[in-house]
Amino acid sequence: MAVGDKMVDDCSSSAAPELHVLAVDDSLVDRKVIERLLKISCCKVTAVESGSRALQYLGLDGDKSNSVGFDALKVNLIVTDYSMPGMTGFELLKKIKESSKLKEIPVVVMSSENILTRIDRCLEEGAEDFLLKPVKLADVKRLTDFVLKGGVSKNDGACMNRKRKLLDDSSSSSADSVSLSSSSPLSSDSESSPRHSSTPHLISKRPRLSSS
Amino acid sequence: MDRNQMNRQLANMRKALFDQGYLDEQFVQLEELQDDANPNFVEEVVTLFYRDSARLIQTMDQTLERNPLDFAKLDNNMHQFTGSCSSIGAKKVKHECSQFREYCRQRNGEGCRRTFQQMKKEYAILKKKLEVYFQYVRQVALLK
Repeated sequence: MAVGDKMVDDCSSSAAPELHVLAVDDSLVDRKVIERLLKISCCKVTAVESGSRALQYLGLDGDKSNSVGFDALKVNLIVTDYSMPGMTGFELLKKIKESSKLKEIPVVVMSSENILTRIDRCLEEGAEDFLLKPVKLADVKRLTDFVLKGGVSKNDGACMNRKRKLLDDSSSSSADSVSLSSSSPLSSDSESSPRHSSTPHLISKRPRLSSS
Repeated sequence: MDRNQMNRQLANMRKALFDQGYLDEQFVQLEELQDDANPNFVEEVVTLFYRDSARLIQTMDQTLERNPLDFAKLDNNMHQFTGSCSSIGAKKVKHECSQFREYCRQRNGEGCRRTFQQMKKEYAILKKKLEVYFQYVRQVALLK
């Protein structure tokens, strides 16, 4: 049943350039879903199943012949699962941030587990954001908006403390999404006044306090 | 049955799946990703889920037969499987998965085995219910 009448932007009418997103996830089901989420958000998607395949694609596997290919297929955003066999999402994140060629590309980590130390580690290592699975359309829209606005990695200490505080704030609420104030780390304008829109919480899924 | 009746019946079927706790909000999220160009997206994801998880379930079945039980491996596999269940909104199945992981943590082999059987039951029930549901969805779509 197509419930898609309230569909999001018609991609062809969008004036924005098409973002190229590299999605990394070992789960076939999750790859299919994230791919669809991104395509609906008007992105070009390349989905791979592992960190090593991702590095290969990005031309970071030491094979010089890939470097030309990479320039032609510029990646604007990398979204990676955390728990993967072989190279974890965290290890992939590290390698990307250690690369002079790739470190400017925003990397977002996804995980089904809401572990504060894990989130902190990823943010400290330079991840732009940390999404709790299952990922929602609102999460993806927020990411793409951020990248389209020219969002650049700015993970300084203050930024991280804000993200952490938001996580703590939301843990006291039983709602899945909480409206954000201006302290969204993904806001490219750090001076903006508090937003009272329905901008979803940065780390949007909290464990439900009561099961339904 | 006329189109209105079929639509109502379909809506009721869908509502029941949620009311009876088989599906959660994530299923709705998937439905919102459907459009005229991708009208069967949810069914495709569910089909993929069942095909892909069959292997994992078989692996866990085999691991559960060993003695002593490799709880770390079982927990790891179940973590993977739980992720997929979560992605399609399989609420009851996911609940059994959580129970299973809890038993793993407690190193309770009997609990693991019992819960695993229960999980497989829920997994099969959901599969059947969704098959019937999607079949009806397609029938209704033909009327439009």
